[in-house]
Amino acid sequence: MPSLDLTPGSAAAPSPRSPIPFVRSSRWADLAFSAAIRTCAFSLFAIVLLLVAVLFANASLSLHSFGWSFLSRSSWDPVARSFGSLPFLFGTLLSSLLALLIAVPVSLGVAVFVLDICPAPFRTFVAYLTELLAAIPSIVYGLWGLFVLVPLMRRFAGPALVRAFGWTDLFREPNFGMSLLTASFILAIMIVPIIASVSRDLMRAVPGDQREAVLALGATRWEALRLGVLRNARLGILGTVLLGLGRALGETMAVTMVIGNHPEISANLLAPSYTLASVLANEFAEAIGHLYLSSLVEIGLILLLISVLVNGLARALVWAATRRGDGLQRRAS
Amino acid sequence: MVPSVPEPGSTPDTQAPDIQVERLNAWYGSAHTLRDVTLHIPARQATALIGPSGCGKSTFVRCLNRMHETGAGTRVEGSVRLGGLDIYAAAQAADIRRRVGMVFQRPNPFPTMSVYDNVASGLRLNGVRRKRLLDEVVEHSLRQAALWDEVKDSLRTRSGANLSLGQQQRLCIARALAVEPEVLLLDEPASALDPISTSKIEDLIYELKTRYTIVLVTHNMQQAARVAERTGFFLDGALVEFDETKRIFTNPRDRLTEDYITGRFG
Amino acid sequence: MNGRATGISRARRFTDHIATAVAVGRTALVLVPLLLVLGYMLGKGATSLNAAFFLHSPLPPGETGGGMAPAIGGSVLLLIVASAMGVPLGLGAGIYLAEHGRGTRTAHAVRFTADVLNGIPSIVIGIVLYLVLVLRQHHFSAFAGSVALAMIMVPIITRTTEEMLLTVPDALRDAALGLGIPPWRTVLAIVLRTAAPGIVTGCMLAFARIAGETAPLLFTAFGNQFGSADPREPVAALPLQIFTYALSPYDDWHRQAWAGALVLLLLIAASVTTMRLFSGRGLRGFGADGPS
Repeated sequence: MPSLDLTPGSAAAPSPRSPIPFVRSSRWADLAFSAAIRTCAFSLFAIVLLLVAVLFANASLSLHSFGWSFLSRSSWDPVARSFGSLPFLFGTLLSSLLALLIAVPVSLGVAVFVLDICPAPFRTFVAYLTELLAAIPSIVYGLWGLFVLVPLMRRFAGPALVRAFGWTDLFREPNFGMSLLTASFILAIMIVPIIASVSRDLMRAVPGDQREAVLALGATRWEALRLGVLRNARLGILGTVLLGLGRALGETMAVTMVIGNHPEISANLLAPSYTLASVLANEFAEAIGHLYLSSLVEIGLILLLISVLVNGLARALVWAATRRGDGLQRRAS
Repeated sequence: MVPSVPEPGSTPDTQAPDIQVERLNAWYGSAHTLRDVTLHIPARQATALIGPSGCGKSTFVRCLNRMHETGAGTRVEGSVRLGGLDIYAAAQAADIRRRVGMVFQRPNPFPTMSVYDNVASGLRLNGVRRKRLLDEVVEHSLRQAALWDEVKDSLRTRSGANLSLGQQQRLCIARALAVEPEVLLLDEPASALDPISTSKIEDLIYELKTRYTIVLVTHNMQQAARVAERTGFFLDGALVEFDETKRIFTNPRDRLTEDYITGRFG
Repeated sequence: MNGRATGISRARRFTDHIATAVAVGRTALVLVPLLLVLGYMLGKGATSLNAAFFLHSPLPPGETGGGMAPAIGGSVLLLIVASAMGVPLGLGAGIYLAEHGRGTRTAHAVRFTADVLNGIPSIVIGIVLYLVLVLRQHHFSAFAGSVALAMIMVPIITRTTEEMLLTVPDALRDAALGLGIPPWRTVLAIVLRTAAPGIVTGCMLAFARIAGETAPLLFTAFGNQFGSADPREPVAALPLQIFTYALSPYDDWHRQAWAGALVLLLLIAASVTTMRLFSGRGLRGFGADGPS
């Protein structure tokens, strides 16, 4: 510390020194920074546009050759140069919907439990666990599916289902373990953490007074939850379910490793199937011929459009449910 | 342009300017929060602004150093002359804010910085690097804010957020003084503090007003009476009355002012 | 809750208990299998991991031993190059959302785009980079893989950065601007610095996520049996190698696939844990929690 001729405490003592050499503020630094930040933000638009444009351009051959019939044709024959995406659409949609069917009730139960019933220390643990599970890579789930779930399905679950429900067309032999149902199971495991954590946040976003109001009327806990929370979070929960659907539709590695990869439309859930994403993973690198490649690109395009649609809708719903005027919130007094 | 306008960075001792506000209007989104305010804030005195909450007094001081425009959807019209310099027409907002320092309602030290770094931040982030100068300014500012003796032993080890609320507010005053402003805007600086800290802040204002032009927003009328030479009364975004403090509190001209200071509303 | 005093009917109380039991039951139903999955992965990986895994190169198919050293090196290379592109872009976009564009329509559009991009299947991104880069340069390359990974990173980092910046109280922005600090320096030196721990862990989470991405690398980085540090060459990557080994008929390769999975899991666990530590702490006690 330099010694100053100041008596301690004498606040009024003037500063004996020359003016502080401030740098004059330059407009340019702020403008440049703002421009740089804006460029980064707009690069997100650019990336999405690039994805769409490149896929459209490279799918043009297939788009021209097959038109809308690409969506309804069920043959996938590189040798005969005949391509249609129906089996993949079927496999993708069915496996994802089945996964939702399994995952939604389960994850809403988890969300309610974590939010309302669970003791506090355990709550943190469950929240941590869901976050961890949501972050595990697809390939690791695939590995587990391939070496644990597939044998389980082949040896136990599959035969049991055939015995119990064999009279329907849904569960029939042969059962190799790799099937649409196996894929649905693994997808369900993968989307439970997402649906559970987002819907928990949504339910938490419901103002506490809504619940208290219902409780104050003498309702039980379940009634409070149903009337005060679930009803208010309805829209958002629908959004969350769509978010899970979006993830399931595009899931690639795990599904590719357990679904059997066979482009066939069958009501038998134990039969192998194929999805949009897995046909890309398996065939894209070795596609020979312009039409084959272009057809695969069109499959990518379909996958992109579906996921943009589903995710866009999901986000819109989740936002609508959580929006609490995040715009003009600075002080006004 | 008036030739006697001090350049930024000159010593404040003798040259603190007055502020002439003319027909100042401010909007916050579509809310017209300040209506046609005209007043003259004299140099090297304390001027108090009173009024019920939401009356526009905070918006008013935020217009004096161009802080109002940092909010989204805000707009200002009219003129504010700092010793003759129209702050909205001329310079960069940052240069104005350096000359017109501000202390906020709640103490807001930078939590990641030590006491020393907090006080030095305004200089460092404006390009001042010389260590000797920084040391000097930090000590001088902390002494002016009557905080030096309490923190001198832990200047660099203690976080700014680690002080008591009253100390934090004096730290914020020291931080504002460090850039050597000419005007000091105090937006309810003691409203979050206990009575002892409050009286320390008031003593401080009393001393500082000999060298700085001070504008003090307060909802505490006794505080205004204790430290300010002049007082303005705001209501619904308009300046109802502006006069010598004594006059405002003993013999107000306006009925509304009288109602307010006698506690009939607000 | 006292049923008798409040006069809640027995039926309603019964329903309440049932609903509670169902929620607890469902949770157990979910948590137990999920824990089993996690435990199985950890156990299987732990028994498979050894020093050779990190140090050695793969052996020819069918031979026992060897490791994934080139794949780990390749993943590191991919991550570094991807971060060099993805982190600055994501940071910038996040700053835009939280600071310059806060509350504006453009910011909403950008945020929406980030969320949509985050939902686009990564394999689609891989295809596009194959078409744009690989096809044009006539060979697979680590660079193409890195660009794909960067595109996956950008929206994640954007959103975490925004979220973390929004936890910084406006009072600090006011304090800095009020000192005459120019806005750009206020953002970088005050706001970003205050939020830095959270942002850094957010970036770590993004690294961990893209470290496990497989699909976008299939047609870009492609894989390479040998080590390569040249971004213009194809490189091996940990998840690609796991995929190849998992589908192979060799037991020892299966073992190595599990070891690789464990490495990815640990990476994820580490980043999720640090993330929670930081986001849980917040800025309490700094006396600057916004307007009153």
